[in-house]
Amino acid sequence: MFSMNTDMPGMQTGGLSVAVTGSGGSGAVTAGLILLEAAAKKGLYGLMMRSAGPQIRGGESASLLRFGDAPVACMSDHFDLLVGLDWRNAGRFAQEIPLDASSVILADPAVGSVPESFSASGARVRELAFKERAARVNGGRLNMVAVGTAGALCGLPLETIDAAVHKILADKGTVVVESAITCVALGYELAALPKVPAPGAPEESAARWRISGNEACGLGALRGGVRFVAAYPITPASDMLEWLAPRLEGLGGSLLQAEDELAAINMIVGASYGGIPALTATSGPGLSLMLEGLGLAVASETPVVVVNVTRGGPSTGIPTKSEQSDLNIALYGMHGEAPHLVLAPLDVRDCVLTTQWAVRLAEHLQTAAIVLSDQSLGQTRAVADPPAEFELSLQRLIERSPARDYRRYAATEEGVSAMTIPGVAHGMYTADGLEHDERGIPSSLAADHRRQLEKRQQKIDAFDYGAYWAEIRGDGDLCLICWGSSSGAVFEAANRLAANGVALRVIALRLLAPLRCEALRQALAGAKQVWVVEQNHSGQLYHYLRAHDVLSVETHSLAKPGPIPLRPGEIAKTVAEQR
Amino acid sequence: MTTVAVKAKDYKSGIKPIWCPGCGHFAVLAAITRALAYLERPKEQVALISGIGCSSRLPAYVDSYGFHGLHGRALPLATGLKVARPDLTVLVAGGDGDGFSIGGNHFLHACRRNIDLTYIAMDNRVYGMTKGQASPTTAPDWSASKMTPHGTGVRRFQPAAIALSAGATFIARGYSGDPKGLSRMLVEAIRHPGFSFLHVLSPCLTFRPEQRAWKAEAHAFTEETSDEPVEAARRLHADDGLGLGVVYAERLPVWPPRHESTASLAMLEEEFSA
Repeated sequence: MFSMNTDMPGMQTGGLSVAVTGSGGSGAVTAGLILLEAAAKKGLYGLMMRSAGPQIRGGESASLLRFGDAPVACMSDHFDLLVGLDWRNAGRFAQEIPLDASSVILADPAVGSVPESFSASGARVRELAFKERAARVNGGRLNMVAVGTAGALCGLPLETIDAAVHKILADKGTVVVESAITCVALGYELAALPKVPAPGAPEESAARWRISGNEACGLGALRGGVRFVAAYPITPASDMLEWLAPRLEGLGGSLLQAEDELAAINMIVGASYGGIPALTATSGPGLSLMLEGLGLAVASETPVVVVNVTRGGPSTGIPTKSEQSDLNIALYGMHGEAPHLVLAPLDVRDCVLTTQWAVRLAEHLQTAAIVLSDQSLGQTRAVADPPAEFELSLQRLIERSPARDYRRYAATEEGVSAMTIPGVAHGMYTADGLEHDERGIPSSLAADHRRQLEKRQQKIDAFDYGAYWAEIRGDGDLCLICWGSSSGAVFEAANRLAANGVALRVIALRLLAPLRCEALRQALAGAKQVWVVEQNHSGQLYHYLRAHDVLSVETHSLAKPGPIPLRPGEIAKTVAEQR
Repeated sequence: MTTVAVKAKDYKSGIKPIWCPGCGHFAVLAAITRALAYLERPKEQVALISGIGCSSRLPAYVDSYGFHGLHGRALPLATGLKVARPDLTVLVAGGDGDGFSIGGNHFLHACRRNIDLTYIAMDNRVYGMTKGQASPTTAPDWSASKMTPHGTGVRRFQPAAIALSAGATFIARGYSGDPKGLSRMLVEAIRHPGFSFLHVLSPCLTFRPEQRAWKAEAHAFTEETSDEPVEAARRLHADDGLGLGVVYAERLPVWPPRHESTASLAMLEEEFSA
C-alpha cells in the first residue's frame, strides 16, 4: 500500500557545524538564517536549530547550524566554528555548543572576552574587529560583518552570501540591505585566515526546500485535507498556527484562536463532526488539557488530529527546549480504554509525510491521532530535498444515502462504520461520549459496551498500515530502536559504526500506537543485542516495548533527557563500549 | 404547489427522556420542537449540541443531528461545527452548572465572538444529575445540599447580565411554565443573526420543590426590547432574576467573516523552494 521512503536522512556524517550566539537584538538568528540560505544557494543541505533563553525580548539566543553535501538530520558532536556577536549570557549555551581544540571562535575583544565555559575547550580564538568595521558603514551592524567573515571561512562565495542577504532581509527595505551587503564585504575581507575545510557541494540545488518542522507539519495537515484548525497559542507550537492561519484562509478553510485548549479540542471535534477534517497543535501543558476531548473523539468516533510539539516537562517545564517525554501521556493519557493512533515524524522533512498520514489515518479509521513532534523538529529549519508526494486513498467513509434503519455505530468486519454528516437526510444521530448502542443511543448494557469496545479496538488493530510504520536499515545483529526526533542522531551513529565495521540495524518507529508487534518481532529476527534510544529520563519507549513483550534478546535503554540533543558520537560510543 | 404542514412532533425522536416527572425541561423540549416546526427547518439541517447534565440529555430527544459532548464544552463544540458548517442551524442546550461553572470561560468567549448560535441555558439553580448540589446560580444561603451544609456563602452568578457584558447580541429570559412565550422567544433567538442567549427558568421539582413558586413570581418585563447595552444592563440589574422577555437585541457583525478560496496547495508549496 505504501512505498518506502528510500532517501532516509542521517546520511551526513561530517559536514561543517557553525554556532552564532548573541544577546537579544544582536541578530544571532538573522545571521544564522543568512548563513543557512547561503549554504543552500551553494548547493549544500543544512539544518538550523534555534536556542533561546526564556526572555521574550532582550534574551540571549543562538543559531546552531550544520551544513553538508548529504542530507543533514541532526546536530553534530562538536562545532567547528563559534561566532560570538557579544558574550552576554552566552555561557548558558556552552553545553549546547560543544567545542574542542580543532574548533575556532570568532570574537571581537571590543564587545567583551570569551567566557571561560567556551575557551576552556582549547578552541583557537580569532580576535577580529567586527565592531570597528560595522561602525564604518552608515547603519552598519556587527552581525553582518560577522556573517561575512564566517561565510568566508565556511567557503561560501561572497556573491552567494549577498544573494542570501537579499532574500532574508527582503522585507527590511533597500537601505538595510545595502548597508548589510557592505558590512558582509568588510567581514569577508577580515577572513584572510586559513579556512575551515568546507564541504564540497553538488552543483544543482534549485529544487531544494527550506522548511521548518512546524511549517512541515502544517503543510502535511493541508496535504491531508485539514481545513479547520482551532488552537490556543503555546510555545513551541505557535509558529505552526501562525503559518497555517493565512494559508487555511487562502484555501477556503479557517483557523480559530480558542480561549483555551479545552475549547480548541472540542472545537475540532465539532468541525469534524460536520465533515471537515480538523486539527489542533499544542505542547505538553495543552495536551494535558485536551485529553478529555481526545477521549470524546475516540468514543464518538469523530476523526481529529493533535500535533504535540513536545517541550521539556513536567508541568510548565522548559518551554523553549526539546524533549521526547510525552510518549507516555500520548499512549496512556486517556481514561477508560480508548484505542487511538500515536505517530512521530523522524526528521524535519518527515513532518510533512507523518502529519499527512496521521490525518488520513484518523479520517479513515474515525479516531483520534496524536502526532509527537518536538521543539527540536518544530523550530529547526532544514535545507532538504522536497518531501515526496504521498498519495493516500484513505478516505472517511461517509454515508450519503442512508437506509431507513441506518445505524451509525453498526458492527462491521473492519470495525469502521459509515458515518453520516449533518445535511444528509434520514441519517440523523446524536454523537455521544456516553457508551451507546449501534444507533448511538446511550446504553449502559454490558453487551453494548463490549461490542463498542471491540469495534473501536478492531478498526485500529485490523488495519493494514503497510511498510510505513517504521524505517528499517541494515540487518546487523546489533539493533538500535528509536522513534521520532532522535532518529537522525541514531542513523548517523549507525553509519559511523558501520564505517568501523560494526554490523548494525536501525528500526526507527513512525507509528507508535498501535504498536506493530508482529512486524517489529520480524524486524528484530536474528538480532543479538538491542538498544532503545530516546530523549527522555525514564526510557518511555523502552518500557512500552517491554510491556508488549517484543524484546526477546538482551536489551539496553539509552535514555537521556532534554534539552541537549542526543548526539551521534555519544550513541556510537555507548553502544560500541558495551558490545 | 402542495405543502405539507410541518408539525412539532415530527421533530421528536421517540426516545423517552430520563427526566423526573414535573421537570421543567419537558416544556423546553416541546418549545424547541415547536419553534423548529414553525420555522420549517429541515431536520437534517439542524444540529443540537450539549454538554453534560440533566438538560444536556436533550439532543437525543430531538430528531435532528446532535452531539452530547463533554461537561462544560458544548459551546466550543458548537462553535467548531458552526464555523466549519455555516449552512447549519446550530442550537446549544445545557444547564446552569454546565454553562456557568465548568463551562464559564467558554460562555464568555462565545458571547463575545457573536457566532450565529442559539444557546438555551436551562437554569434550575441546582446540580440535578449528581443529586442536588449548589450551582453558580444557587442563592448563597441555600443549605439543603450536604456538600455545602451552611450554604455556599457565595453570591449568585448573573447569567443574563454577564452575557450582556461579554458581548452577546440577543439576550432573553423565558420560563418553562410559559411554553408559548418560550417558543416565540426561541423563534426570535434562532432568527437573530449572531449569538443568542436564552436564559430559561426551568424548575427542578426533585431537588428544588420550592421552585413551584416561580409560577406566581415570574413576571414579564414591562419595557420593549432595547438595543442599548446600558439600558439593558440597568433593567437586568434592577430585576429579581425572574423577569421574562427579550431584554436586548442588537444587530452587529456576525463572526467569522467569510473568505473565498484564493489559493491552491501547489501555490502554497512554492514558498519552500528557492
